[in-house]
Amino acid sequence: MELITGLFNYWVVVFLMMIGFYMVISHHNLVKKIVGLNIFQVSVFVFYISMSKIKGATAPILADGIEVYSNPLPHVLILTAIVVGVATTALGLALTVRIKDAFGSIEDDEIEAMEIEECVAEDVDANGKEASP
Amino acid sequence: MLSRTSILRVVSKLLIPPIGLYALYVQFHGDFGPGGGFQAGVIFATVFILYALIFGVTNARLVAPSWLTRAMLASGVLLYAGVGVASMLMGGDFLDYSQLATDPIAGQHLGITLIEFGVGITVAGAMITIFLIFDGRIRVDDDDEDG
Amino acid sequence: MVVTAYALVQIRSLFAVAMMSGIYSLLAASLYLVMDAVDVAFTEAAVGAGISTVLMLGTLALTTRMEKVTHKPGLTPLLIVVATGALLIYATFDMPPYGDPAAPIHNGVSARFIERSGEEVGPPNIVTSVLASYRGYDTLGEVTVIFTAAVGVMALIGRGRSRRRKKSDDPEAPNT
Repeated sequence: MELITGLFNYWVVVFLMMIGFYMVISHHNLVKKIVGLNIFQVSVFVFYISMSKIKGATAPILADGIEVYSNPLPHVLILTAIVVGVATTALGLALTVRIKDAFGSIEDDEIEAMEIEECVAEDVDANGKEASP
Repeated sequence: MLSRTSILRVVSKLLIPPIGLYALYVQFHGDFGPGGGFQAGVIFATVFILYALIFGVTNARLVAPSWLTRAMLASGVLLYAGVGVASMLMGGDFLDYSQLATDPIAGQHLGITLIEFGVGITVAGAMITIFLIFDGRIRVDDDDEDG
Repeated sequence: MVVTAYALVQIRSLFAVAMMSGIYSLLAASLYLVMDAVDVAFTEAAVGAGISTVLMLGTLALTTRMEKVTHKPGLTPLLIVVATGALLIYATFDMPPYGDPAAPIHNGVSARFIERSGEEVGPPNIVTSVLASYRGYDTLGEVTVIFTAAVGVMALIGRGRSRRRKKSDDPEAPNT
């Protein structure tokens, strides 16, 4: 029983992480892939924060009469990671917008098909020029 | 469409000043309670985005033209690094705030306040810039469809 | 929170996905609050529920609202995910239980931060003193990353057509 309550937080983290992972590898839509990465990212945050928690401790703000504080170091790391995360997400979304402009689609299988078509067309052109003279 | 809804306009007019004030409180009270430059920057950007959504981005651009947000973006990082260089010039290591004042604790306090301010400016500038760029992009697309 | 994440996988309407990811962040924020990380919860609530939803909606306005309905993704991704998950769960049996004060993570420098930051740095909020003073160099790097990301967004979609359009509209442009 203690094993289950003690490790439950890690299992939640693993489950969320795998949901994000599944979203990234199974969906073709680029926006959905970015959302999947976000889920993955938040699961890592939860992992760090849950490691820093000590039973019976309070938030790491110094006050009289409090002996036990939770570990402040992971909080610092995650605090900056969240803001950096949203900045990089914005960068990813901007890339998506550019891809939409260039290919007219944000589904990666369609984009791949378009690129293959282009390559084939170029090959045909090259062969045609060699054959004609 | 949104700008014609009077309830939204009145409520947001009531809400925007307190949120802005709260951002400043979070910025400068970060030493004592939860808060600091990162949160304050984001809250400040939220104020701006709320204003832009309710009153139109054209009005918001008058409040914060893009050169201003870009300057905010750069000056925050410069302020942060500048504090580091200043502490180096005053005889300490890079980002060693104890040298900034005669008393180490006062120096630390000054240093932390300054760099948190730098962080806040950069984060707010970054978020507002990104928002304005996305909006500018939408506008260009709309024009293309119209014309 | 798990239910929200599952819903995120299933929903095809990207508009609903943007809203659901906002809810997901808000739930994460309350979870951080339960685990004593007040600063982190604050940031997550402001960022996740506020800014990133707006950005997501902006992208949707520029691209498309619906995910294309495709054939079922097949069994391979699911198998990979289940295998990785099983391995990770197996790894958790070596982890210290939740809330254990003797966990290895608490044996590092943190104890010193908690003991000495009051006298050495001053602010009662330990997170602030570690963020700004002990790990100031790290935070400078993070701020630079944010700066670079914003510059990257500017370079990717900020200029381009809008600037060219301005030039063609403006008759004095060739002289300058």
